[in-house]
Amino acid sequence: MSMPSLRNDWVVMAIFAAAVLTAPIWLSPVGAGYPDLLQKFAIFGLFAIGFNILFGLTGYLSFGHAVFLGVGSYTAVWSFKLLTMNVLPAIALSILVAGIFAVVIGYLSLRRSGIYFSILTLAFAQMSYNLAYSVLTPITNGETGLQLTMQDARIFDEPTTSGLPSTELFGMSMSGYSGFYFCAVLLIIGFFISLRIFRSPFGLKLLAIKSNQTRMRYTGFNTKPYLLAAFIISGMYAGLAGSLMAVTDPLAGAERMQWTASGEVVLMTILGGVGTLIGPLLGAGIIKYFENIFSALNPGELHQIFSWLPDWLENIVVAISSEFVGDGWHMTLGLSFMLVVIFLPGGVIEGVGRAYTKIRTLLKSDEANESDESVLEPEPVLSAEKE
Amino acid sequence: MSDNKSKTSELSRRGFIKVGAAALTAASMPMFFVKDAWAAKDFRNNPGTAGSVKFGFNVPQSGAYADEGADELRAYKLAVEHINGVGDGGMLNTMKPLSLKGNGILGKKVEFVTGDTQTKSDAARASAKRMIEKDGVIMVTGGSSSGVAVAVQGLCQEMGIIFMAGLTHSNDTTGKDKRRYGFRHFFNAYMSGAALGPVLKKEMGTERKAYHLTADYTWGWTQEESIKNTTEGLGWKTTATVKTPVGAGDFSQYITPVLNSGADVLILNHYGKDMINSLTQAVQFGLRDKQVNGKNFEIIVPLFSRLMAQGAGENIKGILGTTNWNWALEDEGSKAFVKSFGAKYGQPPSMAAHTTYVQALLYANACEAAGSFYPPEVIKQLEGFKFDGMGNGPTEYRAEDHQCFKDVLVVRGNDKPTSQFDLLKVEQVVPRSQVEYDAKIFGGELGPYEV
Repeated sequence: MSMPSLRNDWVVMAIFAAAVLTAPIWLSPVGAGYPDLLQKFAIFGLFAIGFNILFGLTGYLSFGHAVFLGVGSYTAVWSFKLLTMNVLPAIALSILVAGIFAVVIGYLSLRRSGIYFSILTLAFAQMSYNLAYSVLTPITNGETGLQLTMQDARIFDEPTTSGLPSTELFGMSMSGYSGFYFCAVLLIIGFFISLRIFRSPFGLKLLAIKSNQTRMRYTGFNTKPYLLAAFIISGMYAGLAGSLMAVTDPLAGAERMQWTASGEVVLMTILGGVGTLIGPLLGAGIIKYFENIFSALNPGELHQIFSWLPDWLENIVVAISSEFVGDGWHMTLGLSFMLVVIFLPGGVIEGVGRAYTKIRTLLKSDEANESDESVLEPEPVLSAEKE
Repeated sequence: MSDNKSKTSELSRRGFIKVGAAALTAASMPMFFVKDAWAAKDFRNNPGTAGSVKFGFNVPQSGAYADEGADELRAYKLAVEHINGVGDGGMLNTMKPLSLKGNGILGKKVEFVTGDTQTKSDAARASAKRMIEKDGVIMVTGGSSSGVAVAVQGLCQEMGIIFMAGLTHSNDTTGKDKRRYGFRHFFNAYMSGAALGPVLKKEMGTERKAYHLTADYTWGWTQEESIKNTTEGLGWKTTATVKTPVGAGDFSQYITPVLNSGADVLILNHYGKDMINSLTQAVQFGLRDKQVNGKNFEIIVPLFSRLMAQGAGENIKGILGTTNWNWALEDEGSKAFVKSFGAKYGQPPSMAAHTTYVQALLYANACEAAGSFYPPEVIKQLEGFKFDGMGNGPTEYRAEDHQCFKDVLVVRGNDKPTSQFDLLKVEQVVPRSQVEYDAKIFGGELGPYEV
């Protein structure tokens, strides 16, 4: 296996950064170019990237990763309530607390592997969810969710006179587009760290654990510390994502810890492509897009979209497709997930890769063409992670 | 592999300028997008010279409160028609004072977008944000859970968009979590308690032991507190208060302990499908046929609606509770509303539909009266607004906490329904003066007009 040069990684990073930062432009034609959804893309992208470090590299499927997301959110909101509205302490504390949770849960769960590990993490997640939902209501405010109030201490801030303060980074508001750019920068940093981990000897050892842990042990490696480290890192990513959710919208609810939220990140990773660098990010984007855009489409809007068809055909198309949007978005998501798992086990990223190879072979057979015109932007990313 | 690699490095060499250009564009991106949305006198989603304005209807379309959400949406669509001058006008014919002219608001046609709150704070806020940021709505309304109402109300205050709360019954919505940009027409748990008190005393006496099952969120907590205060004021004892998760589905594990608790009254602080399930199971466990302490065992559902009565079927008969509005009321406003709702949908509206319909009209009317969509002006119109002819008799939007004050209905599940919709019998109309309270008792602050 030839290690790609650092220079190549920089190209990957540059393209990735450019793609993320220009997202508001290239996502607006599909109706996704508004701050809240862009923030969600970045935040859940981070969550999925972190999850992928555990699941993609070591093969350990954690089914309770939402715990760290929830813990991150609660910590961030408490930091806004008690310390300051500046987001930096909130983020630092969230990563720290999520890390501590990951140490505890990881230490206990990693005594087992395979399905038993998954069940253990799921049990911890449900336990934490129920604690947050009803037992620890003084800390979490239960179903209602933890919110800011005027009476909060905020010991480092001036007392506010006019309404609830909003989250800020040295005076810059953290909602709207500035909030998105803040998340985007953290996503780029998070992606870079994940890239370095994939390329490092540490990442290689994790991959070795995935392919054959017993053999690893025979060669004299104690795999436990590596696994625990991967678990903690990925927990910290989730904590960061959770804190960003609170940064862009200072509210934390227990449902962030529910098993459905844990399942969602598994879906994202598998849908996008397990073990690839960019796959989980794509998966997160697709699922959040479905959740926010497809669920809001109604027959009226479908008529607008298909208005170029002849009337009778338009009505038929709208009648059929309206079953798949609005309330039916879960079904659409389920169907696409099934299609991906059956036909593209490597996730959407495998589909992109296959399409790319197809195009290239087509162009190669047609020698007169300059093939460099057809080179797609994601190409370096794809080839880099195939290494 | 090697082929891949050569390809990559080739691109990295050639792509340098390309990447550089992309990075530059990216770096300058914030300058394009972060613009000052609050220029002088301007406000978020100002319709300006556009020919239409958008309302955002954020209702539960899935989860335990989905039935109420569906009915709310029907009412909203009807309200939009009436504001735009389509159909028979409904309550626009009876509302006093009225500024609307039946040609939209300030000459602008009203359009709407919808969203699903899923009865979850997170999802509701995401959906409200989409409406505000992407669809450019001028007002958000809806919700069938106080947890959601409180969460969305907080968001709307931050965003500077007025929120007209739908069905929310927690004291907190206009109590400790009240906001300048949030308004509630619906009544609250305190009023339910105050209205039920005398009726309970008359029906069940002063020597009772009550057992509470309570939905575990802001609404359940405040309703339990208000009802407990009322019943303990009558001399009742409270045996236990047990919190149950929202959307639990199966309540049998919570109902079994009631049997042996020595309590002779079960108070269900549940709503929607939760109440249907818990009441049905309580009846199946034979609670209503029991004799405890020499008295008939009684069940009270402090807040219930016709939709829930429909779901609970036989089990609701004879059960006492309160409601904000009932379609069988005989005043002009109610009749006009029931008529146009029935003509459009073939069924009478629920109280959720009524309150949301009224909220949409009240907002539209306030804009028309203010002559502007500028939120602080609209808020000032709504604060202290006194109106009549909207189904609840004379009503006032109290300026101190944005809570509407009006008469409250004590109802009983109808023993002999004459139709499938005739499920509630109005036991007593409790006058406003009896349920009124000082705005200060719940604390909280409204916050600023300008955000």
